[in-house]
Amino acid sequence: MSPTSPTPPPRKQIHLAAHFPGVNNTTVWADPGSGSHIAFPSFAHLARTAERGLFDFFFLAEGLRLREHKGRIHDLDVVGRPESLTVLSALAAVTERLGLAATVSATFNEPYELARRLASLDHLSGGRAAWNVVTTSDAFTGENFRRGGYLDRADRYTRAAEFVATARELWDSWTADGQPRPIAHQGEHFTVRGEFTVPRSPQGHPVVIQAGDSPEGREFAASAADVIFTRHSGAEAGRAFYADVKGRLARYGRRPGDLKIMPGVTFVLGDTAAEAQEHAAEIRRRQVSPQQALLALEQVWGVDLSAYDPDGPLPDIDPDPHGELAQGRVRIADPKAVADKWRALSRAKGLSIRETVIETTGRQSFVGTAQDVAARMDAFVQTDAADGFILVPHLTPGGLDPFVDRVVPLLQERGVFRTAYSGSTLRSHLGLPEPARTGGRGGRP
Amino acid sequence: MSAPRPPLRLAVALDAPPGSGAPVPYDARHFVALARLAERGGLDFVTLGDSFARPGLDASAVLARVAPATEHLGLVPTVTTTHTEPFHVSTAVATLDWVSRGRAGWAVAVSTTEADAALFGRRPAAPPAEVWQEAGEVADVVARLWDSWEDDAEIRDRASGRFIDRDKVHHVDFTGSSFTVRGPSIVPRPPQGRPVTLVEVPPAAGPADAPGAGDTADVSDRAVREVAAAHADVALVRADDPQTAGAALAELLARARALGRDPDLLLVLASLPVELAGPADAAGLAELLADWYAAGAADGFHLRPADPAHDLALLVDGTVPALRDRGLRRPGRPGGTLRDHLGLPRPASRYAHA
Ligand SMILES: Cc1cc2nc3c(=O)[nH]c(=O)nc-3n(C[C@H](O)[C@H](O)[C@H](O)COP(=O)(O)O)c2cc1C
Repeated sequence: MSPTSPTPPPRKQIHLAAHFPGVNNTTVWADPGSGSHIAFPSFAHLARTAERGLFDFFFLAEGLRLREHKGRIHDLDVVGRPESLTVLSALAAVTERLGLAATVSATFNEPYELARRLASLDHLSGGRAAWNVVTTSDAFTGENFRRGGYLDRADRYTRAAEFVATARELWDSWTADGQPRPIAHQGEHFTVRGEFTVPRSPQGHPVVIQAGDSPEGREFAASAADVIFTRHSGAEAGRAFYADVKGRLARYGRRPGDLKIMPGVTFVLGDTAAEAQEHAAEIRRRQVSPQQALLALEQVWGVDLSAYDPDGPLPDIDPDPHGELAQGRVRIADPKAVADKWRALSRAKGLSIRETVIETTGRQSFVGTAQDVAARMDAFVQTDAADGFILVPHLTPGGLDPFVDRVVPLLQERGVFRTAYSGSTLRSHLGLPEPARTGGRGGRP
Repeated sequence: MSAPRPPLRLAVALDAPPGSGAPVPYDARHFVALARLAERGGLDFVTLGDSFARPGLDASAVLARVAPATEHLGLVPTVTTTHTEPFHVSTAVATLDWVSRGRAGWAVAVSTTEADAALFGRRPAAPPAEVWQEAGEVADVVARLWDSWEDDAEIRDRASGRFIDRDKVHHVDFTGSSFTVRGPSIVPRPPQGRPVTLVEVPPAAGPADAPGAGDTADVSDRAVREVAAAHADVALVRADDPQTAGAALAELLARARALGRDPDLLLVLASLPVELAGPADAAGLAELLADWYAAGAADGFHLRPADPAHDLALLVDGTVPALRDRGLRRPGRPGGTLRDHLGLPRPASRYAHA
């Protein structure tokens, strides 16, 4: 390099988080290496692995009602989970730096109580708490709550936005010299008056994460979130999503670095590319049992297909547009279009029902040698398809170990991942400043 | 011939009494140090109070943070039922039981103040009798949710591809006066089956036709005792003398019996404030507890130290050894769970028949 040439721009640093697997059909529960997804040692193992790998945070999803299919409790997927904030408070005892993120619905909680629980976690963990704000609005889930199924789809993000703003008023309500000041919030969804019982937390505010994809969801994230958890994990879709969301920030006086975009991704490693592909195909097969394949089909067709042979061809009949077998799942927008696409694929490649389902639903993000995976993740981040990744292993609780042992050192060699934690709070891992106090009036500074 | 009396149960409050002027702790280390001290003393459980308007951290979160830092100690946070969602209450306590491997309980509490109601803005404050009646419904549905997964619901049956046996997971379909819950829980049945339910009851039990009956305070006192008799595994009674405590115990057991419960499944602990100047006080306290216990005033004691850090050390090093010397506390532990410590059996799920 000649003395006059400019120094190359520093490479973007990758953020990593660990998603605790379970409560879905991607967890391979029949594997001999698959352990409990409820007992605390499983959570402790995955969290310690993530911390050993210097990850930004550990992530727990949420479901508030067991899913049902044909009016009966769904029994094929991993099902059952503990309550997130309680698990994370316990994990604060067995980790030191790792961020601790809980998914908690803004629809079936109240700002005062949840703000207090999150601030408590932030104190008990020394500034490592995060809240993934989700917006459940179906009456099916509502049947477990005083609130019931009252909330319109249109109102879920206005409630979520006001919820977060109210929580921030509470988190900001203690003065710099440690005195509580009462708040008086009066809004469309909430009236909250009184003193918060918890001092300002170690990172100012717990980190706010958003997961949801509609225009309203993206706008809410742009105005209020620190991190987005997205499903757009492909390079092209990722770049489009990234550009769209980052483009919304200026309107709120925010800079692109203020919001980190982290897709949920899977990974499969092998000593050679071929071995990784083989292993990945085997995992997909195990994720889609014959029973799972028929169930996936019924979800699209909306009718009972239990008489079909999973190893035979797809049904000729068209889906029932009014048929609704599954509850607690995201609804498929245009069942006929999906069915036509599946049938075309099946005909073109000569695939059975099960093979078709494997082909269309088995999304595996990073498959290859550790070198390949590290290089592709780096390329994704350097080309603004993401700021980092939320890794979803397919085994509980040991599924993250190979990634931490084999891929993390390569990312460090590339100079795109930390070799030690530089701070102790989750905000510092994410490179986010501590929020300024708003003087108890809420909203962003 | 009667069976030998079980050892007296012993618990302690980790929080300083309100109005004591002690600084409010917000650091996990403070609670871990106290809990480890209590564990060293072989106490059955600790309580941590809570209310939405009281300065301090969420008590369940604190005791979840303490769980991995302790091995044997029972952990009992106060959980309010008035402005909260019964479904969330059930899953949080069940999860405390999972993370502590069977050492969780909860002390049922209510909010009656306008100040608490204003923090939620959902409904106005209601009279104590009303919120206690609701608390009883919450305790009921919480236990039903704990039972909603039978113990062996998770089957991982590779042949049929089924992870759970859906016939062992049940909707609870509960309808209370102010809420309904469809169920089942999202949390599998916790290690103790049902974590231990505590209710603190007022001491004096005036007969229904006594002068002043019908006063708000009296009606609400009766409502609390109804909840304790119907739903508690452990009732705490604040009393100044063994006669009052013994009368409360007898009355609670009579109510429980009238509700068709086995009175052996309801323990009554006398809840006493303690302030110990030195080792002599600690030994004196052991003598007092032994006397109350001999008089049949209680199944054990819940001690509320004026200064937890200071008093707990004296309790652990003075009072507990003195009780042991008298044969009132056993040196080891009979099992791993809080129910084991208390001598309470693990209940079967009410849905498990067939
Ligand atoms: C990556 C991702 C993860 C999500 N995780 C959860 C979850 O754990 N629990 C939940 O109730 N909803 C979850 N959601 C659902 C969203 O909160 C939201 O309800 C849903 O995406 C519909 O909102 P939208 O129309 O803005 O996409 C998730 C969504 C995405 C995209």
